Amino acid sequence: MSQAFKFLRRHPTIFVGGTIVFLLILMAIFAPWIAEKDPMALSPIHRARVPSERFWFGTDLLGRDVFARVVYGARISLIVGISVALLSAVIGTIIGLTSGFVKWIDAIVMRIMDGLMSIPTILLAIALIALTRASLENVIIAITIAEVPRVVRLVRGLALSLREQPYVEAAIAAGASPVRVVFKHIFPNTIAALTVQTTYICGLAILAEASLSFIGAGIPPSIPSWGNIMAEGRALWQIKPHMIAFPALFLSITILAINMLGDGLRDAIDPRMAKRI
Amino acid sequence: MFAYTIRRLLLTLPVMLVVALFVYGLLDLAPGDPAVFLAGEEASLEDIARIRETLGLDQPFYHRFTLWLLNVLQGDLGSSLFTGVPVSQMIVQRMPPTFTLMVMTLIVSVTIAIPLGALAAWRHNSRYDRGVMIVAVLSFSLPTFVVGYMLAWAIGIEMRWLPVQGYAPFSQGIWSSIKTLILPTLALSSVYVALITRITRATLLETLSQDYIRTARSKGVGNQDILFRHALKNAAIPVITVIGSGVALLISGAVVTETVFSIPGLGRLTVDAILRRDYPIIQGVILLFSFLYVLVNLVIDLLYRVFDPRIKY
Repeated sequence: MSQAFKFLRRHPTIFVGGTIVFLLILMAIFAPWIAEKDPMALSPIHRARVPSERFWFGTDLLGRDVFARVVYGARISLIVGISVALLSAVIGTIIGLTSGFVKWIDAIVMRIMDGLMSIPTILLAIALIALTRASLENVIIAITIAEVPRVVRLVRGLALSLREQPYVEAAIAAGASPVRVVFKHIFPNTIAALTVQTTYICGLAILAEASLSFIGAGIPPSIPSWGNIMAEGRALWQIKPHMIAFPALFLSITILAINMLGDGLRDAIDPRMAKRI
Repeated sequence: MFAYTIRRLLLTLPVMLVVALFVYGLLDLAPGDPAVFLAGEEASLEDIARIRETLGLDQPFYHRFTLWLLNVLQGDLGSSLFTGVPVSQMIVQRMPPTFTLMVMTLIVSVTIAIPLGALAAWRHNSRYDRGVMIVAVLSFSLPTFVVGYMLAWAIGIEMRWLPVQGYAPFSQGIWSSIKTLILPTLALSSVYVALITRITRATLLETLSQDYIRTARSKGVGNQDILFRHALKNAAIPVITVIGSGVALLISGAVVTETVFSIPGLGRLTVDAILRRDYPIIQGVILLFSFLYVLVNLVIDLLYRVFDPRIKY
């Protein structure tokens, strides 16, 4: 216990970022208890109200309670962020490890990854979304495809340098099978860097979903997501800025917290870099 | 050098081929009949047949793809499914605001970020250094469209210094055109500045701890000469590499920024195309931007040698 405390004191960014992310997860899980109002309930007589005691964050153009929508929006953002992070970590690791060990696959895979990486994330997702129906799953798939190449590059690079290490050579000389070498000696040594990268991808995915929903290429507009709430507030924002201010605030804090967590983890894993970046 | 340039040029071909295969192949990979889907829910059978014919979907894949690719190489990107206007023509019309925005952002970001990062590294661990790093982490986490709205609110609406939204083309005078792009440029710069500041500071810190810097100091080289003649020059390569890979960020950011500020550029063109499922336009814009990205990074690769003559190809 005291060890964990010491660790957190030495890495305040992990503590601050982690606490905020933890609170956001609680908010997402307990959304129905925190926001008593229904985030989808229309109420035409209460259209475009400014924040008040009754409507903490005001209401949108259809009279829906912005506070309830922002609270429920945390669910969408976290689901997208965590799903994309886990999916791209798993897929990217499998492709990256294979690519790092099988020469002929490497040549093909890396050309494909170079190609995918030269398409900017948002545009790649737009192309996929334009051809499928707008849904949470499709947004997750689209962002995952855009993020996988980053993981592949990282894992492949690590695998290539790790397999030259004396202890790996020793394992091979001692008769370890290739499968055993990969799972016992290579993969465990990629986990640290992978964790940091996965944290960043989680933040990038939340940002990508919000951007996509904001421009109208994301999750169906009726579902409360922070990008959607901002998209709806776009028409009137010059006179009713509260419609976009609150989702914008939550989105920014979330991404900041995740990036702080990522920075902290990176520094903890590689103390040499801690003082620099 | 010449042989390397040729080899490097040839290496971009497979990358662009993958991009082309991707944007074209998606049509076939998407679930269901793409013609039915693109036509929309209220389409008649004739509409569907027309779209199928326009996209050549009745032909086998390799046949269609080769034909399409040959057309693309000749500058023919197909035409809009709705208006029938050639995509290349629409793209050329929408290019000026987007490219002006991107070039302005690039210039502003580099001019702000490199001195900012260099000074932070020079005064490592000072109050200034910490301040710069906090601002960099903050603006790296703030989404472009959030920064856009904050700037538009503060400078456009509260202070009334600059137009809040819209765009004036060059034909209405250079200054009034640029004035409409100042806020979007600042918004788009925030992430880019943070990125370049961080890498400049990190690389320069690394460089300043090298032996030859200590040697230079001990033989009496002045502070200015150490920073400008010895350190900055050697820190250039990682910095320009990040400037190049950051172009992808810039492109994604431009699409969103144009929506915030109602700028009729390539981003708006794409966003409008999504709503109408006008796939040829999306294809065209992606090809153009990916080509731009590949080209920028090719130029940067070739520039390495200029910054570091030790590099031999």
